[in-house]
Amino acid sequence: MTPRRRLPKNWWKTALGLLFTAIMLFPAYWMLNVSLTRTGDLRADPPHWFPWDPTLEGYQAVFDQQIPALGTSLFVGLGSVLLTVVIAAPAGYALALLHLRGGRTLNFLLLVAQMIPAVVMAMGFYAVYNNLGLLNSIGGLIIADTTIAVPFGVLLFTAFMSGIPRELLQAARVDGAGTWRTFRSIVLPVSRNSVLTVSLFAFLWAWSDFIFASTLSRNADFIPITLSIYNYIGNNTTQWNAIMATAVVASVPAAVLLVVAQRYVAAGVTAGAVKD
Amino acid sequence: MTSISPTARPGAGEHGAAGGEPAAPRRRRRRSTLNPSQWSAVAFAAPLLIYLVLFYAYPLWRNIDLSVHDYTVRAFVQGDAEFVGWQNYVEVIRSPTFPTALRNTALFTLGSIAVQFTLGLGLAVFFRANFRLSGVLRALFLVPWLLPLIVSASTWAWMLNSDNGIVNSVLTAFGFDPVNWLTSPGMSLLSVTLANIWLGIPFNLVILYSGLQNIPDDMYEAAALDGAGAWRRFRSITLPLLRAVSAITLLLGLIYTLKVVDVIWVMTTGGPGDTSTTLAIWSYREAFGTGQPDFSPAAAVGSLLILIALVFGFLHLQLQRRQEDS
Repeated sequence: MTPRRRLPKNWWKTALGLLFTAIMLFPAYWMLNVSLTRTGDLRADPPHWFPWDPTLEGYQAVFDQQIPALGTSLFVGLGSVLLTVVIAAPAGYALALLHLRGGRTLNFLLLVAQMIPAVVMAMGFYAVYNNLGLLNSIGGLIIADTTIAVPFGVLLFTAFMSGIPRELLQAARVDGAGTWRTFRSIVLPVSRNSVLTVSLFAFLWAWSDFIFASTLSRNADFIPITLSIYNYIGNNTTQWNAIMATAVVASVPAAVLLVVAQRYVAAGVTAGAVKD
Repeated sequence: MTSISPTARPGAGEHGAAGGEPAAPRRRRRRSTLNPSQWSAVAFAAPLLIYLVLFYAYPLWRNIDLSVHDYTVRAFVQGDAEFVGWQNYVEVIRSPTFPTALRNTALFTLGSIAVQFTLGLGLAVFFRANFRLSGVLRALFLVPWLLPLIVSASTWAWMLNSDNGIVNSVLTAFGFDPVNWLTSPGMSLLSVTLANIWLGIPFNLVILYSGLQNIPDDMYEAAALDGAGAWRRFRSITLPLLRAVSAITLLLGLIYTLKVVDVIWVMTTGGPGDTSTTLAIWSYREAFGTGQPDFSPAAAVGSLLILIALVFGFLHLQLQRRQEDS
């Protein structure tokens, strides 16, 4: 296999790869295309494959109507990140490095927790929140959203922190650092990448949550963007350019994260599935 | 979940009792070089333990509680629902929706994972080859998975729209008849399954790709030297060595697909009729989808769903344990 012989073959593969990617991303392209289409052209037959005559009226509608919903989602997302990391990072430390008694049982419970369908959790939360008066509150939604990310976060932190060299921790101990000090000054800084990965997933999951939003916050003063899009579809099935413009804007965090933090995304998906 | 807290020490966090995860005695021998006192471990785990009790165990308990009482909307507010035992379960299982939902769940789940796994595996093998742009293109494949489900679902709904959807317009251009993707009883389940397959491909691709990374290159080179063709190498090296990763991917896909609500709900709300109603959709619709919430049967369906997920969950754990042992 000399490089010279491989070169033409690989060009062919690049072309094939481009074709596959184009097919895969077609729905995303179509969303963008429709978001820029004039209302009058939405019913055109055949549809316009390219927005030759683009309009920003859809985006105008987003900025007129969806800013509060986007703000709510941002707040809920950041709140979920904070709560998830605050709960999961110390627990990962306890499981990975402090030899918590019953750690295996706890790990098992976390794996089981990931298997519980969100519909079921939503019903339980509804009943609990109904009594506590937490329905339609942003705090309540943040808590519910973190139930997706916390078990994942603990497992990821545990896996990562188990790999921290013991010499590092021993050195800290020799220098007189207690467990808390070791956690704060050594374990957390060393685990920066896993904190980023967990935060990224906690944010994305909270940002894109629909089930909890539609059950626990359906009558809230401030609704997240997913619920807003859903309501928009129901109320307004003709303005597909505006709906798709909202969808495009709601996808911005995903796009940004994909560009900025691509390797953490891949690391996170794998970590959630394959332990080694 | 009673706490058999072995650590009734003071200062183990205000809710230290929650740390009563039954301690396996055989673990005690473990003495690390660090040997920190056990209570600081419990203190660090305390937020999680409290969280699990309050926000997992308690809602789950309330869900089971809902399923064995007869909660009407009024009883829900007043909290005086009648205890009915298994009655909700019996009614759910006798309901004409039950066989349909079960069948749809099986078709949706098995159809989704079979196709998305096959495509994911094919793409993973394809992207394993080093070619220009392969990294970038592989990253772009993650897009569908990162988009909020509601966004993807509404996009698919618009693409499959009977009158103005792009899919039908392409079909007509090639001389086929347009299809009522979302509104005809025969097509709705297929349509939501298609959208779900699209959503699942990135996940399968990423995990299988990382599994492929663990297969050493020299194995392929040795096989190639021995004259094994691409198909033979795939069958004799890739498939067997990827078996463990494949099993986990399939099981996770299964567990994940069982719970899908957003996609189906946004595209068809389980209709027309019950033709795209899965167990998860059925549960969601009973509880939140109509103006008249009927929590008790919804919770009963939910419990059945947990049961199914747990069966596969235990399979997953078994697999992982076996992998760790080997």
